[in-house]
Amino acid sequence: MGSLRAVSPEALQVRNSVVIERECFAQLLQALADHGYEVIGPTVREGAIVYERLTSTQDLPLGWSDEQTGGKYRLKRRDDDALFGYVVGPHSWKKFLHPPLQQLWQAERNGKGTRVLPEEAQARPKYAFLGVRACELHAIAIQDKVLLEGQFIDPGYKSRRENLFLVAVNCGQAGGNCFCASMDTGPKVTSGYDLALTELLQGDRHSFLVDVGTKRGAEVLSATPHREAADADKQQAKRLLEETTRHMGRRLDTCGIKELLYRNYEHPQWDKVTERCLSCANCTMVCPTCFCTTVEDVTDLTGEHAERRRRWDSCFTVDFSYIHGGSVRATPRSRYRQWMTHKLATWIDQFGVSGCVGCGRCISWCPVGIDITVEAAAIRSSDSVKPTTEAEQGFA
Amino acid sequence: MLEQPEVVTAGLVPDPMLPTPYRIQRVKQETDDTFTLELLPEDSSHKFSFEPGQFNMVYIFGVGEVPISISSDPNDAPLLKHTTRVVGTVTKAMRQLKRGDTIGIRGPFGTHWPVEDAGGHDVVIAAGGIGLAPLRPALYRLMAEREKYRKIVLLYGTRTPEDMLYRHEVEQWRGKFDLEIQVTVDRAASAWRGNVGVVTTMIPRAPFDPSNTLAMICGPEVMMRFTVMELLKRGVTAERIYLSGERNMKCGIGFCGHCQFGPTFVCKDGPVFSYVRIASILGKSEV
Amino acid sequence: MTIQTLEPILREQPFFYGLEGRHLELITGCAKNVHFEAGQVIFREGDPADQFYLVREGLVSVQFVIPHRGLTTVQTVGEGEILGWSWLFPPYRWHFDARAQQPTRALAFDAECLRKKCEEDHDLGYEVFRRFMFVMVERLESTRLQLLDMYGNNA
Repeated sequence: MGSLRAVSPEALQVRNSVVIERECFAQLLQALADHGYEVIGPTVREGAIVYERLTSTQDLPLGWSDEQTGGKYRLKRRDDDALFGYVVGPHSWKKFLHPPLQQLWQAERNGKGTRVLPEEAQARPKYAFLGVRACELHAIAIQDKVLLEGQFIDPGYKSRRENLFLVAVNCGQAGGNCFCASMDTGPKVTSGYDLALTELLQGDRHSFLVDVGTKRGAEVLSATPHREAADADKQQAKRLLEETTRHMGRRLDTCGIKELLYRNYEHPQWDKVTERCLSCANCTMVCPTCFCTTVEDVTDLTGEHAERRRRWDSCFTVDFSYIHGGSVRATPRSRYRQWMTHKLATWIDQFGVSGCVGCGRCISWCPVGIDITVEAAAIRSSDSVKPTTEAEQGFA
Repeated sequence: MLEQPEVVTAGLVPDPMLPTPYRIQRVKQETDDTFTLELLPEDSSHKFSFEPGQFNMVYIFGVGEVPISISSDPNDAPLLKHTTRVVGTVTKAMRQLKRGDTIGIRGPFGTHWPVEDAGGHDVVIAAGGIGLAPLRPALYRLMAEREKYRKIVLLYGTRTPEDMLYRHEVEQWRGKFDLEIQVTVDRAASAWRGNVGVVTTMIPRAPFDPSNTLAMICGPEVMMRFTVMELLKRGVTAERIYLSGERNMKCGIGFCGHCQFGPTFVCKDGPVFSYVRIASILGKSEV
Repeated sequence: MTIQTLEPILREQPFFYGLEGRHLELITGCAKNVHFEAGQVIFREGDPADQFYLVREGLVSVQFVIPHRGLTTVQTVGEGEILGWSWLFPPYRWHFDARAQQPTRALAFDAECLRKKCEEDHDLGYEVFRRFMFVMVERLESTRLQLLDMYGNNA
């Protein structure tokens, strides 16, 4: 271990690896605040680890872990004071990037005419997300594809995204419902971050290996006392990730999954899952890639002032697919099928990647514990329908 | 409502969710539940152009927004015509508007009828009910360059003669242009002297060469499916058949997710689809 | 006087395509040319179904008398199409009205004549019934679409 020394800003480069000690973690948070970022990160609230504004290191879930399985999420205490000793909770970063309720514009109508006023640039927030897991980085990149890389751009999302500072965290443990390894989205953080941390706990040593991802990251990090990472540190981090990969709670076979779902629109498994699914929409709310929204147009009592708001919506609602007089997806069966087929199959045709990052939230937060990996496996195991016509083989 | 002599639009952000104010020039009742709004932009310097088959999101102040196909002549842009049925809150409120009232327009969105690909071909236009509205701009385009196409056949079916759209105009087309127009209704009182039966029954004997035809179909989904079937039976190539689909839309720009139809978004991969693209999901229950 | 046989006229009707010469001859023996003015009643509901028709030119309405609605047309039969199948099964009575909408030329086939020949020659019977079956299937399918009332308010 080398001695602690503050290295001059110019010296820190992208792809450098350094180590910061636990005692200095607060200085990293301070550096973020000094650079004008509002730090959002994990904290314990109402029996879960959620994402909220953080003011100090003490806000983090020190020494907490979580136990997750189908339809179950519980916090439990660790026997150490790890800052990031858990996986993901009911919140995802879309709560801040693609907020549940946004005002899009206001309009006024009076004697002089009608005016449409776009959302003021007032709250163009500058967030720093602390503790972004590999699966979540992928989820953010997936939402980027939807909201920034199509024919149209969501200006609100764009500004929130441009100002975003990302401190990623490599997972030191795999959750009971995690299957990022199957989806190729983790557990190792590979790109899309400003800084990536791996928490190293060994005996009474507590430090963080920090990988520098961007110049911006280097700049923020430079103020925090750090030393160059030694091989031992890097080895420890590597072993941790290998352990995590080996202990994934779930698995999903993605081989040919698009075609599998395309040729099984009438598979009996859909009927089976419908016996349990409540169409409660929890899965869509906790899923980090679900992006569906609806628009609400409201007016005040005078009728002179109108607003348009955008709010999260879910394909599980009956109204979601309503057209003149009825809903296209009137049965819960068709709506579950829509969600799962979209997530694992049609998403690929739409955006070039799977919509699922293997975070397992939908499994934890489903009140009846429906497990997407089990459903996919059930369809695969009795997929006796071999493609016979072009139609069944899927879409061109 | 209140007097609206002038309009000011604030907003320099190129936000596709912001409507542009248009003023109603005329409200025309077409049938007992269908009407057409004729619109011009408030700001006379506002540029607007569209391709046949595209749609706008039409906003009624404080009430809401609905997607409606554009049914005016693309050459007349920025004049817009929207024909719609009264089916819900927004269209009901729209029906109450009068000449001089303001509405908001976002668009044009979506894919268009492949009129440019029909050069040198026979063209079959099959319309059912209000489906003639999104096809009318294509007809205008075809008539404007009549010499590029061989036979043009319009097959139009409605529920009853009273439900026919643009009757007067259709008669004019019959007289003025080299178009074969065949009209049918599902049922009629004895005063009707024309065809009675679903529009698909006109396909077997319509005067076009299936080996060299491009077809554009718009109407209720079941009508479109059976029309495709008849066209295929007659030997029209699947790759040259186009349909206009419809689904719930909240944004029109591919963000809200409501309009998904299999792997397609009707607002950006449609509403005009080539038949081959959606053949495997067309008619699938609850997709 | 040389009577021009109707055989060449039958032969060019798609409905009779593929018929053997002797079958065509047998059917022709039951056929005659008819003509209706626009608006002329061809038959009424309840009348004996002693003929069926193949429209050569023009348009015929299939109609029902509905007391408070008047005459309602549910279908029109045009060029090359068959009008009437009530002649196939007892009680051999028409179930609807038929009216020419335009000046109409048709071939009329004597029902009893053809039924007798079909009984005597089952091969002929098969050919005739097969063609009628096809017509009925098509009519049924398009009637179903009409039933759906797909342009209705909640189409």
